[in-house]
Amino acid sequence: MLTIENLHAQVEGKQILNGIDLDVKAGEVHAIMGPNGSGKSTLSSVIAGHIDYKVNQGAMLLEGEDLADLSPEERAHQGIFLSFQYPVEIPGVSVTNFIKTAINETRKAKGLEDMPANAMLKKIREKSALLEIDSRFLSRSLNEGFSGGEKKRNEIFQMAMMEPKLSILDETDSGLDIDALKIVANGVNKLRSKNNAIIVITHYQRLLEYIVPDFVHVLFDGKIVKSGTKDLALELEEKGYDWIKEIA
Amino acid sequence: MAYTEEELKKELETKEYEYGFYTDIDSETFPVGLNEEVVRRISQKKQEPEWMTDWRLKAYAAWKDMKEPDWANVQYKKPDYQAISYYSAPKKKDQYKSLDEVDPELLKTFEKLGISIDEQKKLAGVAVDIVMDSVSVATTFKETLAEKGIIFCSISEAIQEYPELVQKYIGSVIPIQDNYFAALNSAVFSDGSFCYIPKGVRCPMELSTYFRINQAGTGQFERTLVIADESSYVSYLEGCTAPSRDENQLHAAVVELIALDHAEIKYSTVQNWFPGDKNGKGGVFNFVTKRGICHKSAKISWTQVETGSAITWKYPSCILKGDDSIGEFYSIALTNNFQQADTGTKMVHLGKNTKSTIISKGISAGKSQNSYRGLVQVHPRATHARNFSQCDSLLMGNQCGAHTFPYIEARNKTAQIEHEATTSKIGEDQIFYCNQRGIDPEKAIALVVNGFSKEVLSKLPMEFAVEAQKLLEISLEGSVG
Repeated sequence: MLTIENLHAQVEGKQILNGIDLDVKAGEVHAIMGPNGSGKSTLSSVIAGHIDYKVNQGAMLLEGEDLADLSPEERAHQGIFLSFQYPVEIPGVSVTNFIKTAINETRKAKGLEDMPANAMLKKIREKSALLEIDSRFLSRSLNEGFSGGEKKRNEIFQMAMMEPKLSILDETDSGLDIDALKIVANGVNKLRSKNNAIIVITHYQRLLEYIVPDFVHVLFDGKIVKSGTKDLALELEEKGYDWIKEIA
Repeated sequence: MAYTEEELKKELETKEYEYGFYTDIDSETFPVGLNEEVVRRISQKKQEPEWMTDWRLKAYAAWKDMKEPDWANVQYKKPDYQAISYYSAPKKKDQYKSLDEVDPELLKTFEKLGISIDEQKKLAGVAVDIVMDSVSVATTFKETLAEKGIIFCSISEAIQEYPELVQKYIGSVIPIQDNYFAALNSAVFSDGSFCYIPKGVRCPMELSTYFRINQAGTGQFERTLVIADESSYVSYLEGCTAPSRDENQLHAAVVELIALDHAEIKYSTVQNWFPGDKNGKGGVFNFVTKRGICHKSAKISWTQVETGSAITWKYPSCILKGDDSIGEFYSIALTNNFQQADTGTKMVHLGKNTKSTIISKGISAGKSQNSYRGLVQVHPRATHARNFSQCDSLLMGNQCGAHTFPYIEARNKTAQIEHEATTSKIGEDQIFYCNQRGIDPEKAIALVVNGFSKEVLSKLPMEFAVEAQKLLEISLEGSVG
């Protein structure tokens, strides 16, 4: 699904990623863990194509296609979805209107007609039920005045609506209480299939109790310094990140 | 392609005026210049009664001694008022009774604008009084309205047919000496619309007028008078587009609204006059005086979407004379490139328990300057007057300006006045968020702007809201390079 080879990237002249290799196959869930400043969020921004981040070496391929020349929206059209750590507010634009625009713009890019209104409505109902989202929530302005939990739930709702091939969940657990965390994790688990892949970026092991990864990678100083199974996450939880710094 | 704020700015600059074309219709035009004789000739041309001629002359005399105001936050080269022709009319003298008689060139123009009269006719009951270069050339639905006793015609016709109504109300809200541009308009107005809704009648359709300026070098001086008699209701729409032109075109309209006891007037405007090109060349000067008076328990609601004109100087206001009357002002003003807008409202609370609401949304892009100027005035006998004002500014790029000048004068202790203001910038993070969801930068900007403007757009009648939304997008979108 996603192949990253020797990826180097910088932001504002500062080198953050120093040669990342990662191979994510369809049906897999990969967790990327690491201490603050290790480059976790940079990696997600680089995959999504944020203009401020410059790739100065290496390559990223989605199903064999090079992402280098694709704009952020083109990457989205190809099936890359980023659940933001800090989702932005867009006052006056309802959750429904936003997701409708996102879906129809993506369809347009693929040469498809707008999704018929009743089909859209049906899908919205179905996916909001999946994430236990109240219908009143859908008419609120996007992320405006949302609690941390509501913001993250809204991100996963959008993920459910967009049906991406590759989803990157950037610190989805931050700002969530345990109940919200369970709902969000359950939602994500229901969206897992053999045709899509998920990268979970997290600081803590907590989320991984609910979204169980196939692989865990530890990022340090812009490099993956250790990879393993879910047991690695537990080990990190126990020992902290200091021992990683030693092996790095 | 990848997208930066630099590109956003570039994109905003490259949007050319979409309605820039010129219709070649024979027209009769006065030589340039303004003096008593010209005023007399305009009046004569329109076969006006003596009182009207005298009124115009009085206005001219007042104007002669007045100075063009310069307190607004706009900069422009003052027009040479002696270099303007004050009368221009399509040569055909007879009124058109059906569309077949209308000049096909004119119909083509309307088609280009996407407001074909044919379609308009079929649309949910919109009667259109089209004003093209100052003379009404087509009026529809007149008969349906006549059945209810509603008068909807050109002001020239009203002066002939309903002189007592015109004489009673014209200049009653905006006196001839009110301001420089109103005085000028009073002296030389060539045409405009007149509307009267009788007691207790609810106008069954949205009354609609499309204005155009179409003759090189002719200023347009529209005069609109809307009278809603006791307990009546009317919704009035005014929409404008003008052809592209190199020289500046002057527009000084006057709109007077009279809402008698328990009456309600909703007046909506979508203004899209030529804003000048991306270098600030050309564009319409829009110096408009709009004011309404509310008698007892009456309500006047102004809604405007201003996207055009090089210079906008416009303050639709309400005089809340009657007790329990209500004034509302909902505005979106969008400026791009070198456009300058100084717009807002005045809410004058004279009566007891009067209420006013002001929602102003300013959107600035390019190198434009966008100012909100508002006055909330509570007079000593206006006990328990209430006002709520909200002024929001949205900036794009860092070369434009947004300014807010709210004036509050409260001379009654029971007054309750609230003012809220925000300034925000379309953020790269908002654009990136939209991009990540498959929405390209152009559409993303449109989405953010529409969200920002929503409170005001929702006040417009449905068809008009759609048109206005399209206009906002047109005014900001460009081809993304």
